[in-house]
Amino acid sequence: MLKSLNVRSYVLSFVILVALLGLWELLNQPPETTEALTEYEILMGGADQEARVPPPSAVLKLAAEELGNPFYDAGPNDKGIGIQLGYSIYRVLAGYLLAALIAIPIGFVIGMSPLMNKALNPFIQVLRPISPLAWMPLALFIIKDSEASAIFVIFICSIWPMLVNTAFGVANVRNDWINVARTHELGRVRTAFTVILPAAAPTILTGMRISIGIAWLVIVAAEMLVGGTGIGYYVWNEWNNLDLSSVIFSIMMIGIVGMILDMVLSRATRLVEYNE
Amino acid sequence: MEKHLINIEGLSKRYPAQSGSADLTVFEDLNFGINKGEFVCIIGHSGCGKSTILNIIAGLDDASDGIVIMNGKEVVGPSLERGVVFQNYSLLPWLSTLKNITFAVQARWRNWTKDQVVEHSLKFLKLVGLEGVENRKPSQLSGGMRQRVSIARAFATQPQLLLLDEPFGALDALTRGVIQEELLKIWSETKQTVFMITHDVDEAILLSDRILLMTNGPHARIAESVKISIDRPRDRNTIIHDSAYYPIRNHLVEFLVSRSRELSGGESSKPLDTQESGAPLEVDPGAKNTEELEAEKNNVAVLVK
Repeated sequence: MLKSLNVRSYVLSFVILVALLGLWELLNQPPETTEALTEYEILMGGADQEARVPPPSAVLKLAAEELGNPFYDAGPNDKGIGIQLGYSIYRVLAGYLLAALIAIPIGFVIGMSPLMNKALNPFIQVLRPISPLAWMPLALFIIKDSEASAIFVIFICSIWPMLVNTAFGVANVRNDWINVARTHELGRVRTAFTVILPAAAPTILTGMRISIGIAWLVIVAAEMLVGGTGIGYYVWNEWNNLDLSSVIFSIMMIGIVGMILDMVLSRATRLVEYNE
Repeated sequence: MEKHLINIEGLSKRYPAQSGSADLTVFEDLNFGINKGEFVCIIGHSGCGKSTILNIIAGLDDASDGIVIMNGKEVVGPSLERGVVFQNYSLLPWLSTLKNITFAVQARWRNWTKDQVVEHSLKFLKLVGLEGVENRKPSQLSGGMRQRVSIARAFATQPQLLLLDEPFGALDALTRGVIQEELLKIWSETKQTVFMITHDVDEAILLSDRILLMTNGPHARIAESVKISIDRPRDRNTIIHDSAYYPIRNHLVEFLVSRSRELSGGESSKPLDTQESGAPLEVDPGAKNTEELEAEKNNVAVLVK
């Protein structure tokens, strides 16, 4: 039954995909020209003058070309998709890991100490709702480097879910388990590492998963602002080139990379999960 | 007076008043001692603060008044000398069965080698009848097996006093009976001192040397200390044929049904009869009167003939 359910779901997915692509292809055919084009019309692109979204066949053709040679570098405005994605992933991971390095220990302290929780809560509540891009001008002014500013923006947007989830997970570790640590005379540090950390790990990992999702959302917008390299810059640059096929192709790539990042974190969560 | 392993003196627990009501006194002025090697149960209705007493002895909770003295020293905070078996097992769910035990053994003997720790842990798993499940997680064990692991963990650290908080409360009657016998077996092998909370009169008689009877809360008190004069080793199937069994059982049930309410403390209550030391009155409802002893002797004589 399970197997047949899987098979049926694959078939259905495939049917939906074909239907959507077919619809998209049909709706975006170039208009038929009844009369021969004038020389002027041919020079101006003829029928293509009328704005239309490129059909999937055009996008797939471009995708095959781009993915066939993802790492070419022909100057600042012409780099392969692999290089652009690489820059984005590098920025996301740098900002994200930096955030994890700070958010998880602070979250631990907040979760373990009601005093710190009360003292730091107002700061978190005010800082958390700020759109990460709002920090960009300030970051550019202080850091004076667009690359580092983009990383900073990723850092500031991924810190909150990890911080809040870590604090929540640590504060809600079952009292029984803490009592087990206490009756076995474990010190604070040993309790933190042998009982609280494994008990809160699934919640912490959930926070990390939310963070990586947000970071990947934000990097596109951040790179549109700072320019130079990265998938966000690539999307905007192709828009300026009026190359909509490339725009659609890069949108797809953003989705696929985001899915992979989420899958990695979801696997990691499964490693630390436990059943009570 | 013999020297107790642990003494509870003037123990009280009050919760501060909410607006508009008086302080809530759960129990007050408890005095009792537990001898080394003794198995003591405490029985009382819900809400009389049994678990709180156990937690205070364990060092997990603070008393409002009074002190707990163990080996001549006041108990402050939890210690490995007082092992606890919680009602809900409190195993660490991310560790395997064996790791749950080695976790405790390692905490107890920090300088032991890994092999020593594992060997010692396996010994106690075997003692509670758990073999071949070392690598399973607690979630893959039945309730009875989990409680066995929890008991093994407590015995493995060899504390001077073992505190059991309704360890069989969540188990079905069959499993309960089996584990009770295992507990008796381990107890007789290890000569542990045990203090246990239970709701189950038969369980208390089967296991204990003495049963402390608590009156209803609030203002709960320990009314009596009932001696269980039934010879060991005891067996679940034959203990009910002991002539002392029903007198003791009736005494306990009668207490729980009516006297636990009448004797409850509070402003209007009479002071309890106690021993000079303030310890609860000792009663021995199972004691055989001389006539019965004579009759038994005659029976033996008849059998010998």
